[in-house]
Amino acid sequence: MTKNIMIVGVGGQGTLLASRILGNTVIGEGYDVKLSEVHGMSQRGGSVVTYVKYGDKVYSPIIGQGEADIILAFEILEAYRAMPYLKKGGVIIANSQKIDPMPVITGAMKYPEDIENKISSKVDLVEVDALSLAEKAGNIKSVNVVLIGVMAKNTDIPYEKWVETIKKTVPEKFLDANLKAFDYGYNL
Amino acid sequence: MKKLMLGNAAVARGAYEAGVTVVASYPGTPSTEITENIVKYDEIYAEWSPNEKVAGEVAIGASIGGARAMSCMKHVGLNVMADPVFTASYTGVSGGLVLCVADDPGMHSSQNEQDSRHYAKAAKLLMLEPSDSSECKEFTKKAFKISEDFDTPVIIRLSTRVSHSQGLVDEKDRENYELKDYEKNSAKYVMMPGNAIKRHVVVEERTKKEIEFAETTDLNTTEINSDKIGVITSGISYMYAKEALGDRVSYLKLGMVYPLPEKLIKDFCEKHEKVYIIEELDPFIEEHCKALGLDVIGKEKFTMLGEYTPALIKKAIFDEDSNEFATIDEQIPIRPPVMCAGCPHRATFYVLKKLGLVVSGDIGCYTLGAAAPLASVDSTICMGASVSAALGMAKARGNEFNKKLVSVIGDSTFIHSGITGLIDIVYNKGNNTVIILDNSITGMTGHQDNPTTGFTIRKEPTKQVDLELLAKAVGIERVVVADPFDLKNFERIVKEETQADEPSVIIAQRPCALLKTVKYTGHCKIGPECKNCRMCMKLGCPAISVKDDKVVIDETQCNGCGLCINVCPFGAIHKED
Repeated sequence: MTKNIMIVGVGGQGTLLASRILGNTVIGEGYDVKLSEVHGMSQRGGSVVTYVKYGDKVYSPIIGQGEADIILAFEILEAYRAMPYLKKGGVIIANSQKIDPMPVITGAMKYPEDIENKISSKVDLVEVDALSLAEKAGNIKSVNVVLIGVMAKNTDIPYEKWVETIKKTVPEKFLDANLKAFDYGYNL
Repeated sequence: MKKLMLGNAAVARGAYEAGVTVVASYPGTPSTEITENIVKYDEIYAEWSPNEKVAGEVAIGASIGGARAMSCMKHVGLNVMADPVFTASYTGVSGGLVLCVADDPGMHSSQNEQDSRHYAKAAKLLMLEPSDSSECKEFTKKAFKISEDFDTPVIIRLSTRVSHSQGLVDEKDRENYELKDYEKNSAKYVMMPGNAIKRHVVVEERTKKEIEFAETTDLNTTEINSDKIGVITSGISYMYAKEALGDRVSYLKLGMVYPLPEKLIKDFCEKHEKVYIIEELDPFIEEHCKALGLDVIGKEKFTMLGEYTPALIKKAIFDEDSNEFATIDEQIPIRPPVMCAGCPHRATFYVLKKLGLVVSGDIGCYTLGAAAPLASVDSTICMGASVSAALGMAKARGNEFNKKLVSVIGDSTFIHSGITGLIDIVYNKGNNTVIILDNSITGMTGHQDNPTTGFTIRKEPTKQVDLELLAKAVGIERVVVADPFDLKNFERIVKEETQADEPSVIIAQRPCALLKTVKYTGHCKIGPECKNCRMCMKLGCPAISVKDDKVVIDETQCNGCGLCINVCPFGAIHKED
């Protein structure tokens, strides 16, 4: 069986780095892995979707509706948008941060209200104030690693393996804050 | 140990292992990372060329010079390169020559959804299509050998999901490829009619041999699981089919998509009651099968639009629905891409919108100037068209219309193919105003250097094309350099230049906010002086929004560029550290 993880957020939030940390951690465990990323136009502040799939043999790099075991969302509206991709019994881990999309900024549409309840009335939701935790860790940009920490707890890959990959992936000068951020997420 | 690698990085690795020494490309999503990864290998000369045609010619020259060479581009880049490619098919190669083209089904980052396989057929070039990162490396390596064996350039066709997916790749050592001796051979390389007529005969003979090769090569593989249903497929569609249908059907996976085998396909069809062709975009394999008189099912079941998914394939073949899922019971706002906070283009479009000008647009981040609320761009066709199409508009509608018309084009795009349009304006007495959005980098594709940045692909300092001098050199006498963030001055200049009865160029100079050299500090905050007039909202900055009927600036998004301070009529926006 493949394990399907979908990472969603807003372009610029660091979803790509999160998917690479995840991907590199699972290959260490001997799995076949595929990651599908988004580059170019879509990265410019738009909805960004990355798929990570691992198992004995992975064919398609993409995840369809009703197929994700975990959805890791960096923004709550994006969590809501991705909800149809969640498998029955799966979990959405979502940052509670709200970022207005352009149709809301221009006043053409309203940011949906009470998203948290709309999601949790249908599926399992773990809501995290990752922004505050990232701030506490000393780098506001480490939101992605806080969320990786929360997710790591939901997998059977040992703690040390995650830390090992973070050390390899994150630049030296941001490492301390990122390791702290990971711990905050992991120990939540 | 196997490494997790982007499809594009795997192509670069394959080229490295094949002993390639020259790679020339122009960036374009989803192909850019191939050449960016080539830079990791010191043994390879790499360059960003001014455009794909130049890049292709550099690679062709390197091949004639006896080296293994490669050029990489997005699908529409192959349109630009098409001229030398069609003739390189006649000349053939000395060192192996591989052209990588990345299609973009679903148009994640493109202006059309063209299917590059038609180029293989039209230019009579052998084409390979890998399905994942591992094949990206293996096929690229093989492509160089095939290129030399058949004396032909070989095209590798990628698609967004292959280029931008990571999969496991086994790294091997680099082959020690000896530069071939250079020998003058004008009958082969000088394509004037007398020689080309003879070379065309060679091309047709070559294609016959390639078809024989297609029948037996291990690039094409058969997997028999059933005598009921067979699937003929290639590229990413194979992976989707395999996931959706598993062992319930047989597969003929075509790793070589041009020329296509005949006997192999006929035999496969004979063994199965029903045969489906699963291919994204056009019915390329399907038409080949139907021309062979085979009864196959293709586009009557599968769309020509966008990307496929395993679920779509399962539904089409077995009429089975995918997993149950939770639905969203309301319309939620989409989140389209936007210009980044601090983007210099925002200021330019703010002024163009304010002046109500018709804007002939181009390809780059600034295409986003077409989106609300700035919504200034009137047309976007292809690289360079902003300049030449504006001349056409002006010639069609006259000089009064021209006074309300501007072209906008980025620095890299201007060098790519805007300069020829500008020469046309001068030569044919146009009065157009062209705004070069000089943000000191190729932005959209992720910060590649270009001839105007003063650095090569390896970040070595080099001569920098001076846009001001260049415009003057082709005969533009009115050339103004201005900072678009100085809104009042910029507006005055645009007004003056559009009214002038001669052609003009405005160089809107301010670097991309994402460049490491750009150091905006702090962030902006709305003060108590705010009268809620919402002028700042007209900028369409992703950091500025309305909360509880008051304008607020999101600290996590604002980078302190200060443009909003310039538009606020009440001085209500302040900079904080």
